Amino acid sequence: MPDAAMPSIAREHHGRPADLIPVLQETQAAYGYLPRDAIRSVARALRLSESQVFGVATFYAQFRFTPPGKHHVRVCLGTACHVKGGGHMLEVLERRLGIHPGETSADGSYDLERVACIGCCALAPVVTFDEKTFGQMSVVKLEGILDERGQA
Amino acid sequence: MNAAKLSKRRRRAVEAWQGLQDSARPVIYVGTGSCGRAAGALELIQAVRAELAERRVDAKLVQVGCIGPCYLEPLLDIQMPGQPRISYSNVSAKAAERILNAAFKGEVSKGHLVGHLGANGFDGVPRFFDHPMLAPQVRIVLRNCGIIDPDDLDHYLARDGYVGLEKCLAAPWQDVLETVKRSGLRGRGGAGFPTWRKWLTCRETSSDQRYLICNADEGDPGAFMNRSLIEGDPHALLEGMLIAAFTLGASMGYIYIRAEYPLAIERLRTAIAQARGLGLLGQHILGTDFSFDITIKQGAGAFVSGEETALIASIEGRRAMPRTRPPFPAVSGLHGQPTIINNVETLATLPNILRNGPEWYAHYGTETSKGTKTFSLVGKVRRTGLIEVPLGTTLRQVIFDIGGGVAKEFKAVQTGGPSGGCLGEEFLDTPIDYESLAAAGSIMGSGGLIVLDRDTCIVDTAKYFLSFTQAESCGKCVPCRVGTRHLVELLETICRGEGTVSDLAKLERLAAAVKGSSLCGLGNTAPNPVLSALRYFRQEFLAHAVDKRCPAAVCRDLVIYRVVKERCTGCERCVQVCPVAAISGPRSEPHNLDQDKCIKCRSCYEVCRFDAIAGDAIVIEPRGVA
Repeated sequence: MPDAAMPSIAREHHGRPADLIPVLQETQAAYGYLPRDAIRSVARALRLSESQVFGVATFYAQFRFTPPGKHHVRVCLGTACHVKGGGHMLEVLERRLGIHPGETSADGSYDLERVACIGCCALAPVVTFDEKTFGQMSVVKLEGILDERGQA
Repeated sequence: MNAAKLSKRRRRAVEAWQGLQDSARPVIYVGTGSCGRAAGALELIQAVRAELAERRVDAKLVQVGCIGPCYLEPLLDIQMPGQPRISYSNVSAKAAERILNAAFKGEVSKGHLVGHLGANGFDGVPRFFDHPMLAPQVRIVLRNCGIIDPDDLDHYLARDGYVGLEKCLAAPWQDVLETVKRSGLRGRGGAGFPTWRKWLTCRETSSDQRYLICNADEGDPGAFMNRSLIEGDPHALLEGMLIAAFTLGASMGYIYIRAEYPLAIERLRTAIAQARGLGLLGQHILGTDFSFDITIKQGAGAFVSGEETALIASIEGRRAMPRTRPPFPAVSGLHGQPTIINNVETLATLPNILRNGPEWYAHYGTETSKGTKTFSLVGKVRRTGLIEVPLGTTLRQVIFDIGGGVAKEFKAVQTGGPSGGCLGEEFLDTPIDYESLAAAGSIMGSGGLIVLDRDTCIVDTAKYFLSFTQAESCGKCVPCRVGTRHLVELLETICRGEGTVSDLAKLERLAAAVKGSSLCGLGNTAPNPVLSALRYFRQEFLAHAVDKRCPAAVCRDLVIYRVVKERCTGCERCVQVCPVAAISGPRSEPHNLDQDKCIKCRSCYEVCRFDAIAGDAIVIEPRGVA
């Protein structure tokens, strides 16, 4: 294992398969994603097969299987953002970062996620960089933000 | 803690609450729900703190939840000694400095003024709740949101918090069930099943372990009622759950909440700890035989887990896949035991019904749909936000009176999110109740109201909703897994201008099949957006399929970007922003836009609109117009 977080998570939930989702959530919180080895450890601790663990993990949108980027970019594509041009924002990010949603840029600096409603529809369309929310975005504003962050 | 001790605690809380209104030092309130934070509320608080420190003003700062009008955020309320709480809107950090300075001199900054929240009138300042967005509303579930500090249990107690629970505990469960029955309360998650009937089925199933689950997995894109409610008044939900659990004879409860709602989860954790501390959760609640506790379960992101049996599967640690019913969860649910799943709003309504009586609640609403309902009013409407209205209010009242209408021409309103339908102008006078919306071909749903204007393409919107449900289909049953995929593909073909009239018939047939034969509510309702759109906006589908034209100029394969030579001054702003060098100069002469290179990213359109010397010289228009 990459570090010591896994044994303590496993010990706490040992032999309780109903805890699978919280265990996966804690594991992802510890590593930023679900490494292959961690899935194996989770399966062993909860007395499940690896395929069962993998089956549940891939079902839910929250779990990722590749390391996240240094910065986390989310594009809201809830209904309000969609009708106000959220799709254009996603295109800009895909073009500029060179990645699709769910991927991490080659240099590891950004990962991109599309979400269905952050819940600030009044500010649509919305893009978030890490914890910061940028509302009433436009293609030009977003390009400007990326320029400022030095993203070619 | 018993009832007498709780009364004593409440008396102290009331005094403290009154003390806050009569405070001898300024009190400053900032709405810091998720929406307020997104609009800059945390930066606003920093600015307020800095200003207070610099001017050495001793003021109390209170963080409250969302009061509703999202479009006015961030909101800053200032209550000077001897004055009511006065609310200011769209307050940037810079504006806060000016507004505070004026307030300390006893002046009111008219530019940002919304109104006051005091009991009495105040010179030259309108009442906050007389604001056109708020005046038509009836706030029952949202009564505390934006008013109290959600992390302060005493605020909730001071406003008659847990009075409903006390009344409930003093009566046999049958009386409480009767009260809920008389109130006419129906499930606010969208299906509208009478709450009492579901409860009775559960109660009558013999078992020594019953469960209550609160469904807070608000998954509709464009709906945030439950999140705002939990963030603004978490104890109302806990009290509602206690009332439901007492009636059901449930000793264990779960709140299944989206992991994407970290602030709501944090507020719930705080509230649960406070309730446990006071003996309102745990063993022998308020000295009675009733015991109940609540566990938070975080959803891991699956829209289908809003379906009852899928939600149960998820709590049991499995994939959130629905199963056939019966048996219904009320008979055999979590771990095979009788289980009731109620929506956040249904539960948070209960304390009000218990406190004020069922007749009081039932006098709002219509014959078959009693009480009030919260909605998130968003899209192309002027005043967006979270609202609560009596059922029976018309769509027109909501969109035009409360929402202030649409800047451009109104086209349709989508109710019920991806499970609902879009209703055009002829339905504006439809009362919002379960039956009327269903008769119009839509549904009530959980409360998303998305307003569309003439710049919104109906075919694109239908494609959007279908793509959402298609991606969220759990894949268990064929009609939903395969059917929604084909529906999306058909819609994509039409949006690309490659469809034919026969595709419309195919859409209708397939939609009916998916609707009629899917296993759960997700598949049963997924075709609603496309069916209602086809029914009421057929012309627009025909325009795409026959004329290969998108009248709203949205579908990208059917639009072109064009420079209007007569308007272009040749300022070269568009040349600079174009990422693919599709536009060329020379300066001071009308520019050329190379259609073959253009990727339709919208940059040139935006700069020409807002930054260029002439403006509006670049248009996005349906292909084949010029």
